[in-house]
Amino acid sequence: MSITQRPAPPAGAPDTDDASGRGAAFTSPEASGPPTVVEPLIFDRSRPGRRAVRFPGPSPAARRAGEDQPAIPAKALRHDQPRLPEVSELELLRHFNRLSHLNHAIDLGFYPLGSCTMKYNPKVNEWAASLPGLAASHPLDPAELSQGSLELQWLLAELLREVSGMAAVSLQPAAGAHGELTGMLMTRAYHRSRGEGEHRTKVLVPDSAHGTNPATASMVGYQTVTIRSNERGGIDLAALRAALGPDTAALMITNPSTLGIFEDQIDQVVASVHEVGAIAYMDGANLNAILGRFRPGDAGFDVVHINLHKTFSTPHGGGGPGAGPVAVSERLAPFLPAPLPLIVAGDPDEVRANAWAGRSTPGARFALEEQDARATAIGQVRAFAGNFGMHVRAYTYIRSNGADGLREISDDAVLAANYLRVRLADAYDLPYDRICKHEVVFSGRRQKHEHGVTTLDIAKAILDHGIHPPTIYFPLIVEEALMIEPTETESLETLDRFVNVMHEIAETAAEDPGALKAAPLTTPVGRLDEAGAARHPDLRYGFGNRDDAQG
Amino acid sequence: MSYSPHTTADRAAMLAAVGVDSVEALFADIPATVTPRSFAIPAPLTEQEVRGELIRLADRNRVPEVSFLGAGAYRHLVPAVVSEVIGRSEFATAYTPYQPEVSQGTLQSIYEFQSLVCELTGMEVASASHYDGATATAEAALMACRLTRRDRVAISTAVHPQVRRVVETYCSGPGIDVVEVPADLAEGGSGLTPVEAVERLVDGSVACLIAAQPNVFGGIEPMAVFADAVHASGALLVAMVEPTSLAILAAPGTYGADIVTAEGQPLGIPLSFGGPYVGLMAARMASVRQMPGRLVGATRDHAGRKGYVLTLQAREQHIRREKAASNICTNQALCALAAATYLCAVGPEGLREVADLSATQARHLAAAIETAGLGERRFAAPYFAEVAVRVPDAARRHAALAGEGIVAGLVLDTIYPELHDCLLLAATELTTDQDIARLVAGLEATR
Repeated sequence: MSITQRPAPPAGAPDTDDASGRGAAFTSPEASGPPTVVEPLIFDRSRPGRRAVRFPGPSPAARRAGEDQPAIPAKALRHDQPRLPEVSELELLRHFNRLSHLNHAIDLGFYPLGSCTMKYNPKVNEWAASLPGLAASHPLDPAELSQGSLELQWLLAELLREVSGMAAVSLQPAAGAHGELTGMLMTRAYHRSRGEGEHRTKVLVPDSAHGTNPATASMVGYQTVTIRSNERGGIDLAALRAALGPDTAALMITNPSTLGIFEDQIDQVVASVHEVGAIAYMDGANLNAILGRFRPGDAGFDVVHINLHKTFSTPHGGGGPGAGPVAVSERLAPFLPAPLPLIVAGDPDEVRANAWAGRSTPGARFALEEQDARATAIGQVRAFAGNFGMHVRAYTYIRSNGADGLREISDDAVLAANYLRVRLADAYDLPYDRICKHEVVFSGRRQKHEHGVTTLDIAKAILDHGIHPPTIYFPLIVEEALMIEPTETESLETLDRFVNVMHEIAETAAEDPGALKAAPLTTPVGRLDEAGAARHPDLRYGFGNRDDAQG
Repeated sequence: MSYSPHTTADRAAMLAAVGVDSVEALFADIPATVTPRSFAIPAPLTEQEVRGELIRLADRNRVPEVSFLGAGAYRHLVPAVVSEVIGRSEFATAYTPYQPEVSQGTLQSIYEFQSLVCELTGMEVASASHYDGATATAEAALMACRLTRRDRVAISTAVHPQVRRVVETYCSGPGIDVVEVPADLAEGGSGLTPVEAVERLVDGSVACLIAAQPNVFGGIEPMAVFADAVHASGALLVAMVEPTSLAILAAPGTYGADIVTAEGQPLGIPLSFGGPYVGLMAARMASVRQMPGRLVGATRDHAGRKGYVLTLQAREQHIRREKAASNICTNQALCALAAATYLCAVGPEGLREVADLSATQARHLAAAIETAGLGERRFAAPYFAEVAVRVPDAARRHAALAGEGIVAGLVLDTIYPELHDCLLLAATELTTDQDIARLVAGLEATR
């Protein structure tokens, strides 16, 4: 976790007081002359004969012993050597450490990326996941050797059941979109089990939905029907009711929505969906706003996926690994993917009570469900039992926080978002000016129409202040959207500094719009040619041969 | 334990700014009809208390002293430098690189990962990674259907059963038929996928054959022959490979594979009870627009500096929504970084040493069991680093040895009900001569 000292920003760069200094104007010592390379590719550091890790050779006895075993045929063998880099361990470490300096990260500075819940990832969670007893546990070890892993998974599923108010949980999905796929497959299996699989062909998705929702529906062969939002940012109940019918398989709804708004007619929404026999699916990506305040199970939802890497603080890792457990109602429980972690001996209430008190229960035994034990299961969505390392972190986090801590998380996350809503409303348009939950969505349309400054320009200008920009141009229903999720772990000083930065940028947009077009100026590279990257894909190292690199 | 920075005064100041008396007012839009019926989460723990709880659970596991268990997840050395790199906050606590100017570390490392996967597999383009090897293979099956406009896929039964189940689950989505190509599991059989069965079952309606190299039993399949056979029907070959084996086994690009997938766990990623791991996928450049998942490409900024961006995003869900190539959103970036660091740390020689030592110890192991008269190889074909051995009374002896801290591989009939009294034994570079001696002694003692 070392953050080594960073080079100072160049003279004239905007002042930054958040101590991130991430990669500011970082240039490699090798890159003298025109600034063309920030850090060379590891392949360019390779010299034949260098290496880091060595392995022992087999003993002569071992070689001899296997001599009479069948030989691998020559045509199955590799005759060249893969051109992997040959570097010393120090060069390797410096390369990746230097690369790391080019990143912004939650551990370096504010990261109000909407719908991503970039909160602090507590270090004790990392400690837990690396405990040798857990990290060295093989997924196919005999159950007698894996009781700790299995108990942890069972306990986490119990906690997620309670958090969501649902009947049963599978920890198998590896990400939010993977949980969605699982939920949609279960939806279809449910309708098929009732002989309604053929005619239920449509999945309704609000126009504020994340792109994974319609993409998931398509993967399961469903047709997506988009439901418009009303002027208050909620789902248009009349439009929903008009679209619902005997051909509806499910409604997928994100609540709180990507506008940061709680569906205040959620009870009527779910009731309408159930009236036509469809499944109510809640995308739980934004659960961080409602812990202890709303449980999808209490509102009658049939499926919810939970992003452990958002609400339960497992680190995002630059885009994964995450984990996307699904929680379901009684009627979908038979269809959960197999295998589930089960308690096969012992009283569940006693095991829970003991675990909450930090004790093991004598005689309790856990096992993975037998293969094919449930003929109704949709199958398996991932090998083995899910992203266990993420389960360990989430379990640690929930136990650290407890009920009061979880409530406090949502209270503070919502308070921070509303604070920014109020503090920034004078500088940016607020299309839906009402109490929000975990995030607030502004529009940069005023800056665009009055000064020709786009939301992209604003985002790039924010980078020069050592802050990661909000999510931009999403949700699609807000013109020039700026979607801000501060989370509960940012101090009031950080929030105020962000407010000042946003005000300063709004002022610059009005007074000197050209200045924002050049941003960012302090990052390792400036705005990159994305269109060129797509037109002429260069997706791998070319070993000095451009044609080769471009396939 | 709370991670909140807010003091009472901070909260009061924020509430005042918002213009509400209490935080309750911020939740007034939740209908009273749906307020939580319970929220029975146990009380908060301090750091020392929560450590105690996690140590309790870790101690309930028993890490075996000696293990020959593989079957899709392998005990390899995780070099210290790999743990150091992926432990860095700047990598671990960054999000998907949506703002490339402040994500060059992640982006360049993914570009390097893609390059390394291409080099290892002999393919032209690699994705930024998938959830695991099984989901990468399932996505490859769907990709093959898009490329060939066909809606059936064939899969050898010598592909790991868990992988086959994931492929079936994914294919059930759009209603793609999965045809099994039965491996030769007969007494005295090869344990391989018969070429005749491939030729018979992969016809003009089939998008691809999925075969594993080595297969689930460690057997070396005639992949080049499969490639010719499936290409004759206009189908594609999806090769699921074990990455360390590629130091000594032919690169799939050289035998005509169209899509290559792999479970990347052996490349410096701990077992961790099954995840997080990383799925590798590589293909031909001509099929890149049907590839699922993130791709990173090189480009330049206005000043001519080289940089990296997420690219070809027109394939992806956030642009294409219901018309996307897949719903996949995240990759497994941190695990891909681990794999990239691993491959750079061991280099070509180190990877060859790992593959050679693993294969040598597997042969040593099989020979030792045969020489001692404890069992014989179940299949005739050459193998890489995993071998199926028939041992009388396998389940009982496996259980007895487990009680002594020796995991004698996998009892094979738990995943192949027809293969009674067989153990699937894996060796890696961590398998010592003493480990093999202990297994042999243990099997002797339980005879």
